[in-house]
Amino acid sequence: MDTYYKPDDLLKFGEIGKDAPDLAKKFFDYYGAVFSEGELSEREKSLIALAVAHTIQCPYCIDAYTKACLEKGSNLTEMTEALHVATAIRGGASLVHGVQMRNIAKKISM
Amino acid sequence: MSASIPSFSQTLEKHKLVLLRKPTEILQINMGLLCNQACKHCHLTAGPDRKEIMDIKTIDQVIDFQKKYSFKVVDITGGAPEMNPNLIYLVENISGLPDKVMLRSNLSALFDFTDDLLLSVLKKNRVIIVSSFPSLDQTQTDSQRGKGIFDKTIQALIMLNQHGYGQKGTGLELNLVSNPTGAYLPSSQEATEKRYRKILYKKWGIVFNNTFSFANMPLGRFKDWLKRSDNYDDYIAELYKNFNPCAVTDLMCRNLISVSWDGFLFDCDFNLAANLYKGTEKIHISQTETCSFENDTIAVDNHCYACTAGSGFT
Repeated sequence: MDTYYKPDDLLKFGEIGKDAPDLAKKFFDYYGAVFSEGELSEREKSLIALAVAHTIQCPYCIDAYTKACLEKGSNLTEMTEALHVATAIRGGASLVHGVQMRNIAKKISM
Repeated sequence: MSASIPSFSQTLEKHKLVLLRKPTEILQINMGLLCNQACKHCHLTAGPDRKEIMDIKTIDQVIDFQKKYSFKVVDITGGAPEMNPNLIYLVENISGLPDKVMLRSNLSALFDFTDDLLLSVLKKNRVIIVSSFPSLDQTQTDSQRGKGIFDKTIQALIMLNQHGYGQKGTGLELNLVSNPTGAYLPSSQEATEKRYRKILYKKWGIVFNNTFSFANMPLGRFKDWLKRSDNYDDYIAELYKNFNPCAVTDLMCRNLISVSWDGFLFDCDFNLAANLYKGTEKIHISQTETCSFENDTIAVDNHCYACTAGSGFT
């Protein structure tokens, strides 16, 4: 194996059902339902997925949802803003733990 | 990813489908390849340097063809039909013969090359305007269609609304056509229309009747761009992957006849771009003795996958 990630593997995602078909079916049915039009549009859901893909740093998801966002009519400005939302939450999650740091430091300091 | 996909004919065969013509209902007239824009997705490689436009003799032959066979719809396209000096002559003489006349406009040509006379002729004859509007985003639009085009199209839409186009009760129909601004498939027509209606009205007070979403055709300038940007193989594979056998039933090539700027017949405007003559035979409009092309074989090639991807191109 020359690399862990191969772009063509994304197309083989369905093969994951070969050894556990019932679970795969449940997952893919759920997946399809999640991304279909609801109170949120398919376009909005793709933008959320793109942001999450960057948070979990999944190259397959980034590939798939960059394309999905464009196909659903989003533009690069909107997609970049979505990434900043993910980045802000991710950065904020680190920073807000600073309160915990300050609490502990306060408790054990003179 | 390789482009080793079956040919379109093989795919039809695999699905036990035969692509034959139905009775012809739509006469599509290509007024020429001259255009004020040189869009990156243009399947005809139309542009300001192209000299090919339909002359008055051919226009008369087209009008006679319509008179003889009474097609239900006349669809005028280009290039930019507005740049053909005989457009008014065509519209004045062909309107009233079919149920509907449509003019495909890139909007900037309508804005830059249209005077009050053309607009009044279009309005008087209730000509439906079908306008290219790829995206609500200026950057995406300008990258596909040229710098400054987004602003011009918005101004043109405002102007058309002021003339009553797209407004309720006027009988003046204004439709928008959205194509992806890259090597990917279009969004659903329903979702695009919903979003266009909301945003265009909110930002500019623009109203319209319908929106159509179409895939870009891997021919002409778009094919050149796909090749140059190393997207061609992936794009063709994506079109093939999304082949929808159900879309074949209503393909426009089944009930439309396309006439090129020099008067030759094609099954559709894309075959015109690919130089695939109707039934692979070069027939001039003046030589045809019939419009009953029913059950004639339709010329196909791999670009046809763009018309059968997803919900299709009808």
